[in-house]
Amino acid sequence: MFQTVLFYFIAAVLMGAALGVIFSRNPVHSVMFLVLAFFQSAMLWLLVEAEFLAIVLVLVYVGAVMVLFLFVVMMLDINVETVQRSLTRYAPIALGVALLMAIEMVQLIWTRSETGESAVAFAAYPEGYSNTKALGSVLYTEHVYAFEIAAVILLLAIVAAITLTMRRRPGLKIQNVARQVAVRSKDRLRVIKMDSEKKQ
Amino acid sequence: MNGLVNALTGTWDSLPPLVQYLTVVTWKILIVTIGVILIVAFSTYFERKVIGRMQARVGPNRVGPLGLGQPFADVIKLLIKEVIVPAESNKFLFVIAPLLTLIPALAAWAVIPLNDWYVIADINAGLLYVLALTSLGVYGVILAGWATNSKYAFLGAMRSAAQIVAYEIAMGFALVGVLMAAGSLNLGDIVRAQAGGFSNWFLLPLLPLFLVYWISGVAETNRAPFDVAEGESEIVAGFHVEYSGVAFALFFLAEYANMVLISTLTAVFFLGGWASPFEGFEFLAPIGEMRFIGWIVAGGFPWLFIKMAFFMYTFFWLRATFPRYRYDQIMRLGWKVFIPVTIVWIGVEGVMAWFEVGPWAGLSG
Repeated sequence: MFQTVLFYFIAAVLMGAALGVIFSRNPVHSVMFLVLAFFQSAMLWLLVEAEFLAIVLVLVYVGAVMVLFLFVVMMLDINVETVQRSLTRYAPIALGVALLMAIEMVQLIWTRSETGESAVAFAAYPEGYSNTKALGSVLYTEHVYAFEIAAVILLLAIVAAITLTMRRRPGLKIQNVARQVAVRSKDRLRVIKMDSEKKQ
Repeated sequence: MNGLVNALTGTWDSLPPLVQYLTVVTWKILIVTIGVILIVAFSTYFERKVIGRMQARVGPNRVGPLGLGQPFADVIKLLIKEVIVPAESNKFLFVIAPLLTLIPALAAWAVIPLNDWYVIADINAGLLYVLALTSLGVYGVILAGWATNSKYAFLGAMRSAAQIVAYEIAMGFALVGVLMAAGSLNLGDIVRAQAGGFSNWFLLPLLPLFLVYWISGVAETNRAPFDVAEGESEIVAGFHVEYSGVAFALFFLAEYANMVLISTLTAVFFLGGWASPFEGFEFLAPIGEMRFIGWIVAGGFPWLFIKMAFFMYTFFWLRATFPRYRYDQIMRLGWKVFIPVTIVWIGVEGVMAWFEVGPWAGLSG
């Protein structure tokens, strides 16, 4: 009972936050709503005792990805008019994607209710069950290739992003730390002995 | 008297388990939070005394005996000052930003074991929880810088964001080494894996990771010599340039709470938390049985406190000793030095565990 109430409360906040992402005019507010949405989905995972997934969601998305999002969005000077123009341009595609997702969800729920799977209430795990251990033992044995391929793709993305942005521009000033450290005072400073000047 | 005790225990037993649980947890949370806030208050005094000594000054000595009332005088001063919200700022985010830095700093204490049995939430993924929450503190800084609508504040926020993202990776990798050595993500289990005296602590076998973690921790809390986010000689006061009164006090509280947190975590991960360095000596065992000084050998909260205090002292020591890092050098240190060092040491640890050398002999099984 308590769990059901909690579930609907969290789900409601999640929906509100998701709508806030779309409807807020200020992009920084959108990002913060998205952070709230991530938090709420992490809470939903906590409700089914998937603590590892919940914490990793917060760690990766909220702690790293959204910080970089915020970083970029804060520096943008977004022109509302261009946004509105592109909105009308991309609206058909967006509607198509939304429709597809709705169909998939309905299908999933429908097949679940056919087989009677959705009627099974979530049963608590036995004492001493570790979500982390369970996930790790599957991830590194059964799904090890998929896991490693995903890792390689991510690495590829990092390398690609760096090579795309690291152009050798003319006039680029690079600091050579080894040389900076190796500098001694006699390289920069010359002490000259000279006689004092005579009064004119 | 006995009747009263019986009546009280009777009422307590008749309460539903949920209510009992909530009462106990609420008290535990209150004790930890008030403890942290008191430590924060006195560490400001401690800092000024330490830095005063290092610079051949006296430090605060006017308020109360030895100046011990200074933190309270400061708090009262900050509380009665006016909070000024800049006219062109984003009011909601401006007000909420200090809270966003403070709340994760306090919430992370939920999983930290203070001794063998005192921990608010004994969860399996405790280490991940700590990592997740310490990475949230940056939101307050970034939002404060942005909401203020000032160039100085914005520069401070940008610097802070880049710095925290960079050092978080090194920090995470250093903790991978810790959890490999301990074989658990639970902080209590990590401490128990280090039981058996000083030689069993992770300090020596994981020395490079310890150094990386500690320096990253200093960088993560935006403390000197990594305090470019406030860099008062370049960008006035950085992200909190427009904050005054209570709002500023909250930032201050969050910064020191984070320092206490990082100090405690370093003690838990590398110096055996509440464990005593004298464990495992036969001739000292009788002291462990004694009433009030038993903790010296048997371990307990005082050891954790001593270790935490040592790292707090190191924070102040660093601040009094080093000049501020240049921004590009901070980035270089984080990305090009710390991350390779941690990756290499994780590899070394893996090889050692595989060949069953060193303290991780039983790990591969």
